[in-house]
Amino acid sequence: MNRLLNVSSSPHVRDQVTTSNIMFDVAIAMLPAAAFGVYQFGLNALIVIIGTVLACVASEYVYQKGMKKPITIADGSALVTGMILALNMPGDIPVWIPMLGGVFAIIVVKQLYGGLGQNFMNPALAARCFLLISFTGKMTAFTLDGVSGATPLAVLKSGGSVDVAAMFLGRIPGTIGEVSGIALLIGAAYMLWKRVITIRIPAAYLISFALFVLIFGGHGLDMNYLLAHLCGGGLIFGAFFMATDYVTSPITPNGQIVYGVLMGCLTGLFRLFGGSAEGVSYAIILSNILVPLIEKATLPKAFGKEGK
Amino acid sequence: MGLATFKGGIHPYEGKELSENKPVQVLTSRGEMVFPMAQHIGAPAKPLVAKGDRVLVGQKIGEAGGFISANVICSVSGTVKAVEPRLMVNGAMVTSIIVENDGLDEKIEHFGEDRDYTRLSKDEIRNIVKEAGIVGLGGAGFPTHVKLSPKDDSKIDYILVNGAECEPYLTSDYRMMLEEPEKIVGGLKVILSLFDNAKGVIGIENNKPEGIKKIQELVKDEPRIEVCPLLTKYPQGGERSLIYAITGRKVNSSMLPADAGCIVDNIDTVIAIYNAVCKQTPLIRKIITVTGDAIVNPQNFSVRLGTNYQELLEAAGGFKADPEKVISGGPMMGMALFSLDLPVTKTSSALTCFSKDMVAAQEPTPCIRCGRCVSACPSHIVPPIMMQAALRGDCDAFEKVNGMECMECGSCTYVCPAKRPLTQAFKDMRKQVAANRRKKA
Repeated sequence: MNRLLNVSSSPHVRDQVTTSNIMFDVAIAMLPAAAFGVYQFGLNALIVIIGTVLACVASEYVYQKGMKKPITIADGSALVTGMILALNMPGDIPVWIPMLGGVFAIIVVKQLYGGLGQNFMNPALAARCFLLISFTGKMTAFTLDGVSGATPLAVLKSGGSVDVAAMFLGRIPGTIGEVSGIALLIGAAYMLWKRVITIRIPAAYLISFALFVLIFGGHGLDMNYLLAHLCGGGLIFGAFFMATDYVTSPITPNGQIVYGVLMGCLTGLFRLFGGSAEGVSYAIILSNILVPLIEKATLPKAFGKEGK
Repeated sequence: MGLATFKGGIHPYEGKELSENKPVQVLTSRGEMVFPMAQHIGAPAKPLVAKGDRVLVGQKIGEAGGFISANVICSVSGTVKAVEPRLMVNGAMVTSIIVENDGLDEKIEHFGEDRDYTRLSKDEIRNIVKEAGIVGLGGAGFPTHVKLSPKDDSKIDYILVNGAECEPYLTSDYRMMLEEPEKIVGGLKVILSLFDNAKGVIGIENNKPEGIKKIQELVKDEPRIEVCPLLTKYPQGGERSLIYAITGRKVNSSMLPADAGCIVDNIDTVIAIYNAVCKQTPLIRKIITVTGDAIVNPQNFSVRLGTNYQELLEAAGGFKADPEKVISGGPMMGMALFSLDLPVTKTSSALTCFSKDMVAAQEPTPCIRCGRCVSACPSHIVPPIMMQAALRGDCDAFEKVNGMECMECGSCTYVCPAKRPLTQAFKDMRKQVAANRRKKA
């Protein structure tokens, strides 16, 4: 032996999964929804997606460079934030609005709290809410094939009826990434298959929301109404892609169930009794804030100490 | 599915194909032999010989230094060269007896003679195990005679033989199942003769179907013994995981297996009991796997205790190329070595040599709270929350989140996508907490 040996504490082997390949898997999972969005809403949707991602990655780079921190844009987390934010935009939005949102998401929500792993709110959602309040008109102007129209949820809210099959396929007005249930479920299946996410949070979220609608929706067992609510708005996108954000969801298995149920109830409350037809974003970021508390209350019992 | 197992755990690359089909070779030790007085849990042994004394194979050269302690037996014949501190695998300098091996292999009287254990009393059997210097050979090194002397014999209803061998790359237990299965069953029968209410169960992971078959055939007419196939998953061979998988009982950090009516012994320990009781052969050898991608001929050896690791390495053909990392034990729980000038001890199990060090190649990054460690933890605790306490050096908080239930298996660190040194931090904290407890006591 001519060389000194490496010495470190055990274990001496590591799994191949890394933070960046998890992030890239999430990005890949959003591609079907993104592709459908571009197909449906046209070139502007593509410009919005690229512009938002660039704004997120660039602001992370500039911030870290300026603060003399290690540059971590290669970990893919800013890319994911940018994609989620872009897919939450209406197809006709001027690109500077989501780009501004991207800067807000990365600088204010993520980096000022300490960077990756330290933010207590989902950066993309916090930015979306920031944009909703600041540019309400542009953020809620939805069109389909160049004709502006109400989203199915808004129609439901005003007592109209909607076509559930069209909602599932995505032929409805809405944001770039939320419209097609099928495209989102393909991405969700990919994440489940790659074990990027577990089914706990989405299942708890969707089931509790469905129960809430059944009980308080005032439509009894009308399946068309229930399915419209499940496919409508950002629910599927939110349940699988935003509520499952690692950093801002509980790490304890039971906590994930509690968190899912909380979001289900809040979403139901906002949609059925609130002023707006949509409620997913607010339900998720409000639940984000309660995560430390949920975790504290749901610490698992250690093996062999269950009775104590 | 449906196989006995536990909740949590991981599936690391097994690496067993390197050496699993290589029969155990008996290695003849040549150079000086080193017998550390502390190669077990408990008080160090006291040297019984001095420089210049002639010693024989099977001779007791270190006397147990208390109840929880173990004798040290000489494994070769020769002359005592010195009694001085020597480096051990764990980095400590330990008083050791150095014997110049004369190669004559001269044995003490009655060494190797057959003995009928059914004619021995329970106390005689326990005393033989104690005299033979037997400790848990799976790696912990807890004195076996202490394990075999619980407060109340009648409350022990399970004798579990740990043949999980869940540590990647290790194949020594598997080879013994194939080559000396009758000794495993024989040793278990000796233990069962001490505990009238107990049933013997040999737990073997299902990645060793040949081993399961071989032993199942041997015990088909034994009413008190059965084989329990286990799901292949790390750390299936952890004592608590094994007890739970086979009996459904749960043992925590403040309990002994005996509190759950169980006594757990590793395959090689059971063979050592058989050899001591039925063959009048005390513990003088260990089965060691020399393996890894940096080794020319990975294989299994039967090697006398006290042999230098360098001799083992040479017997396996040496290194293909300079290794980056050399581990005493397996990759999950073994200790990285900075030198090979070390003696084989009772708790040595393998020499694993890697040409590339995965750990040094990856920088730790921030925790993204993905929860993989939480799912992997066999103790059902929450590594990231423990890590927060560890980074603050807060022993109280660490204990409050059940940090002491950690068995240091390394599963959390293995799965962490951010490559954080979780297990390392927990080992540190557990030592500190244990030290604080001793101070208070």
